[in-house]
Amino acid sequence: MSAESPEPASAEEQKEMEDKVISPEKVEEAKLKARYPHLGQKPGGSDFLRKRLQKGQKYFDSGDYNMAKAKMKNKQLPTATPDKTEVTGDHIPTPQDLPQRKPSLVASKLAG
Amino acid sequence: MAGAAGGGGGADFQWCFSQVKGAIDEDVAEADIISTVEFNYTGDLLATGDKGGRVVIFQREQENKSRPHSRGEYNVYSTFQSHEPEFDYLKSLEIEEKINKIRWLPQQNAAHFLLSTNDKTIKLWKISERDKRAEGYNLKDEDGRLRDPFRITALRVPILKPMDLMVEASPRRIFANAHTYHINSISVNSDHETYLSADDLRINLWHLEITDRSFNIVDIKPANMEELTEVITAAEFHPHHCNVFVYSSSKGTIRLCDMRSSALCDRHSKFFEEPEDPSSRSFFSEIISSISDVKFSHSGRYMMTRDYLSVKVWDLNMENRPVETYQVHEYLRSKLCSLYENDCIFDKFECCWNGSDSAIMTGSYNNFFRMFDRNTRRDITLEASRESSKPRAILKPRKVCTGGKRKKDEISVDSLDFNKKILHTAWHPTENIIAVAATNNLYIFQDKMN
Repeated sequence: MSAESPEPASAEEQKEMEDKVISPEKVEEAKLKARYPHLGQKPGGSDFLRKRLQKGQKYFDSGDYNMAKAKMKNKQLPTATPDKTEVTGDHIPTPQDLPQRKPSLVASKLAG
Repeated sequence: MAGAAGGGGGADFQWCFSQVKGAIDEDVAEADIISTVEFNYTGDLLATGDKGGRVVIFQREQENKSRPHSRGEYNVYSTFQSHEPEFDYLKSLEIEEKINKIRWLPQQNAAHFLLSTNDKTIKLWKISERDKRAEGYNLKDEDGRLRDPFRITALRVPILKPMDLMVEASPRRIFANAHTYHINSISVNSDHETYLSADDLRINLWHLEITDRSFNIVDIKPANMEELTEVITAAEFHPHHCNVFVYSSSKGTIRLCDMRSSALCDRHSKFFEEPEDPSSRSFFSEIISSISDVKFSHSGRYMMTRDYLSVKVWDLNMENRPVETYQVHEYLRSKLCSLYENDCIFDKFECCWNGSDSAIMTGSYNNFFRMFDRNTRRDITLEASRESSKPRAILKPRKVCTGGKRKKDEISVDSLDFNKKILHTAWHPTENIIAVAATNNLYIFQDKMN
């Protein structure tokens, strides 16, 4: 226990103390803005929500597919590398390229 | 002392390990990740759904006098493939088979019924037992082959003989094509005839018998999608008033709607929102305020909401602020930047009440889950781990160290495993038995006094 009682802080000293205490959330925000300066002006707004609504979207062009099917009769076309998940862009997608979603034929291990 | 009959005081007495289901291997197949857990109305049945579209139902064993320690264990009752992966060719949309929610119907006859849903389609499943079969058919053999009718010289009456119990699951109704966006909730009405399904922008009302029609009761889709500012995150019917339901939003608000006031409930009857201090607003404010789950209390007087860092209890009679707020893992506030980068900030935690509404439970990271006793205001952090999985072993409370000096047995925030998240938990409707889903494992804990 201290023998002296502490002096009451003056109004100026108190304000200085308050300015130094920044919420941890704002510190984290500053970190994020430093790493991604172009992060949207509307935080958690339209961009983020629209991405959420578009979950599961795959891109498949039936025109490309039919052209590829027609051409495949004559020669082998470049197909996607096996580990490519996004089937867009620089090659012509074929049904074999679309990531196969096999249904779970195996029983759940919870029932084992 | 706590622990009164009816499931009181969740944080006051001791929880013991009872059972764990699922594989122990380190490599978890995505399909095995549990995505929903739900007790039925009596607590005798416990259903789980997973990312692979499968449902597993456990049944509580009858108390056995010759084996007093079995104390009502849950064992597999039925398992079936509820949903399969699909591809919507018109929209180029991949439809996951993951079971988002399971909701039981109250039991009306010998069979059990449940609703299970993925992102787009809801299915009503009938689970029934068969323990007898007919023998002595006239027109076919015991192995099912048709008998030559000209060889039959006498008639006999088939008799029913007992057989090994067989539990069959069959889809009785398929409620499809009513949701453009992803279904996040289903809720059975107290009238036992209707239920609602909610996606990001719309809520539909169904009759359990009718699959080709549903009524749209909430539509928050803006005319111009550029103006979209919030989505529906969860919805639930009131447990007693069949005309009342609530839905929560990504902006941290809850709207209570009364279906008697109009056919389309775009205008709410009550609007629940906690005022925010504008000076404390940050980039993360809206994201962490997004409500991931809303649950009415059994009494129907309160509702509970879960956002990223806290659980709030609201009195339905007071819209301007919650009556209780519980911090789940406040220490994560100073980690929001990295939690945003690894997407954990978007994790959707659920919450649940105990049978008497005196305690609430929700999950966290590192396979921790939290319980709050509303009366004593005490809280406890427990862990679902294989290490504390000896039969009837008492769970030791866990503590996360936030400051500098880490005490023995404490774990520091930086050591938490954010891949081990407990998103789904369920509490038995009348007893102190809880089911906790830890990725691909289902843990069942009971209180010591049970």
